[in-house]
Amino acid sequence: MIDFLKRLFGQTGSSATAKERLRLVLMTDHLELAPDMIDAMKRDLVDVISRYVEVDRDRIEVNFEQQDRALAMLANIPILSVNRPPVNRAGNGNGNGNGHGRAAEPAQAAAVAAAPNVSSPGAQAATDSIVTRRRRRRKKNQSIPAGAKPATAH
Amino acid sequence: MSSRRIVITSGKGGVGKTTTTANLGAALAKRGKRVVLVDADIGLRNLDLVLGLEKRIVFDLVEVAEGRCQLRQALIKDKRFDALSILPAAQTREKDAITEEQFASIVEKAAEVADYVLIDCPAGIEAGFRNAVAGAAEAIVVTTPEVSAIRDADRVVGKLNDRGKPIRLIVNRLRQEMVRSGDMLSVEDVCEVLAVELIGIVPDDEEIIDTTNRGEPIVLDENSRLRPIYDKIVRRLEGEIVPFTNFDQPGFFGRLLDALKAG
Repeated sequence: MIDFLKRLFGQTGSSATAKERLRLVLMTDHLELAPDMIDAMKRDLVDVISRYVEVDRDRIEVNFEQQDRALAMLANIPILSVNRPPVNRAGNGNGNGNGHGRAAEPAQAAAVAAAPNVSSPGAQAATDSIVTRRRRRRKKNQSIPAGAKPATAH
Repeated sequence: MSSRRIVITSGKGGVGKTTTTANLGAALAKRGKRVVLVDADIGLRNLDLVLGLEKRIVFDLVEVAEGRCQLRQALIKDKRFDALSILPAAQTREKDAITEEQFASIVEKAAEVADYVLIDCPAGIEAGFRNAVAGAAEAIVVTTPEVSAIRDADRVVGKLNDRGKPIRLIVNRLRQEMVRSGDMLSVEDVCEVLAVELIGIVPDDEEIIDTTNRGEPIVLDENSRLRPIYDKIVRRLEGEIVPFTNFDQPGFFGRLLDALKAG
């Protein structure tokens, strides 16, 4: 009977599982990165952002998503406080884009976007996300092109 | 030279590359195109068998590459279509018996006497794949709606993208009733995952086993259910805009009917 009802209401069978499993396995295939590399990347990402704002390290989520043939990295990084004094901003100001300068941009944007939500200091964090995209077939040593925009909710 | 050089590939074995090559070739020949099918699967040749031409082989691909015979001596004319011929692979040699350059130059030569050169690629992504792709200007990727086939197809799509070859996709052996009940990935799912232009949807049909048993291309059988499917793919290859057979999800009553049937 349950089976009958499932069929009647078009509930998905194993094909949904297949799709989800495929999505995940292809994500790792495309990344060509070992899981510990991904962890290291997350850590570095958070370190950079932490130079500008205080983030909630325990609630950081990093996911990957397929968008056409490109892979998108979606990071949801809850910001605890934006009261930390900006560090070294001047140093990167006229940025002739060294690695750090570029990596800092999304963090900056994330902080700005989140700021209106942090009405009372110490309140639970507003969350915001940064999105970095990466061409699927990356070339070695090519820096990750990063753009920042408010992401869809997770 | 305006002839088309298309590799038919998949990554995974057993998804229907050879059958697809044979039937597309026959469908093109039936439309009056001059077609050469090249079996690139050195050591595991089968295209000749699927087309019922296995007894006519005198020379093969590797012998052409080594200059032991002319290309035209190795080409086997099909029994049913004058315009269709195949270049068989060597059966007792290794994949590396031929280089990419040799393969590409043989395909170039074949293209001089044909409108279409279809290359039946071996499974895998090693030397045999590299050879087959080296000779082609475009690619058709064949997959079935299964996770392993799709993952391998994805690898192949990546490699073809790296080489700048335009790609089109055939989803083979689709079982619509399973898609409807949610037990098989749909064509939309497959296309979404692979992000490649769709050129054909071939339903799973035991007809194909029967025609392969007899070594006959399915497009010869006027009553075949699959014949119009291959004809459509070929028309799309030719640039015609041909709508896909409607494989939409059924509405509530369609599902009710399916549920009653299944239950």
